[in-house]
Amino acid sequence: MTVRDFQEAFDEKIDKEIAIEPRDWMPDNYRKTLIRQISQHAHSEIVGMLPEGNWITRAPSLRRKAVLLAKVQDEAGHGLYLYSAAETLGITRDEMVEQLHSGKAKYSSIFNYPTTTWADIGAIGWLVDGAAIMNQVALCRTSYGPYARAMVRICKEESFHQRQGYEILLHMSKGTEIQRKMVQDAIDRWWWPSLMMFGPTDDDSPNTAQSMRWRVKRFTNDELRQRFIDVTVEQCKILGMELPDPELKWNEERGHFDYGPIDWEEFWNVVNGNGPCNRERLKARNDAWEKGAWVRDAALAYSEKRKKRAKEADTKAA
Amino acid sequence: MSDQNNNKAEWPLWEVFIRSKAGLDHKHVGSLHAADAEMAIENARDVYTRRMEGVSIWVIESKYIHASDPDNAASLYEPANDKIYRHPTFYDLPDELKHM
Ligand SMILES: [Fe+2]
Ligand SMILES: [Fe+2]
Repeated sequence: MTVRDFQEAFDEKIDKEIAIEPRDWMPDNYRKTLIRQISQHAHSEIVGMLPEGNWITRAPSLRRKAVLLAKVQDEAGHGLYLYSAAETLGITRDEMVEQLHSGKAKYSSIFNYPTTTWADIGAIGWLVDGAAIMNQVALCRTSYGPYARAMVRICKEESFHQRQGYEILLHMSKGTEIQRKMVQDAIDRWWWPSLMMFGPTDDDSPNTAQSMRWRVKRFTNDELRQRFIDVTVEQCKILGMELPDPELKWNEERGHFDYGPIDWEEFWNVVNGNGPCNRERLKARNDAWEKGAWVRDAALAYSEKRKKRAKEADTKAA
Repeated sequence: MSDQNNNKAEWPLWEVFIRSKAGLDHKHVGSLHAADAEMAIENARDVYTRRMEGVSIWVIESKYIHASDPDNAASLYEPANDKIYRHPTFYDLPDELKHM
């Protein structure tokens, strides 16, 4: 078969919604795009543990602590599912880790914001995981098999993440005046960055068309963002809180909520390394990697030693 | 991409198979890195069975998996292609015939 035959067979599979699997022929750019997208996604799950990890030791009750611990542990799992999906495309784990640590690879910029009060943990579960779920549900049908399967697994686990966050806010919203203020303040700070999680507007997202053609993406950034806004407005009403957007208004004709302009300058600023916590996050990851090096080396040395001993025992027995 | 040997410190990759309950087959769920088989099983428990998804775990170092080549699929499965008489519906029998 010629490259053109391969390309045709690939296009046909995509059109027929037949999943692409690791050993199948695929265009170089499809592979590259997926490696970038999946590894960025994995990095986001891993770095995403940091802002929430900040509150594990200070959770207000044993129940909240156990829940938060389980949630953060899930995020570690999500990172691992995704790294393993990316590895099926021919990149090694160490290469990905190195790209994250050197700052070459990106991760979701939402995790460069600080968690300053306990209400932030509620707002993250509700808004940040909520936005992530919107995106991830759509990716359950992405064309690359291992990525889609990882997404299915992740989505099953995510719904508790959002519910526990919402429950924190609901509880606090029925509390004292100070607690209600904390909730509103957390929503005010997390709302806009959550909307930015869907990425630039469609006009500003040159790769969207190709990703849609490859069925890597199933919906555009703006479609998913709109969907998120529409469901979240109603959820906010139950909390008795307000979303910090005076232009938020139901549009009968569109059947959607209209919303005010997003500050894309802030978005690009954070993406390019100048958010409130970019440096801190990368340093935490680098420190963990460097301080864990001796554990990784020791485990390998120990396994070598055991292999050698088992071999010696075998020769003796023979 | 880069050779595994350039990265001496990287733990080997393992494929993980999980039996979700007694009576079912082990099914591939993904992969992970571990220094040895024992650690691979422990990691598999933490990564793939946080919600009681399994009662038994198999791990095998990925380098020991041999796979068929998808580009040869047509010829590989060709012998089964034209043998429709292997299926029960191939046989045209009277409607009155019961329990068969
Ligand atoms: Fe996650
Ligand atoms: Fe989550």
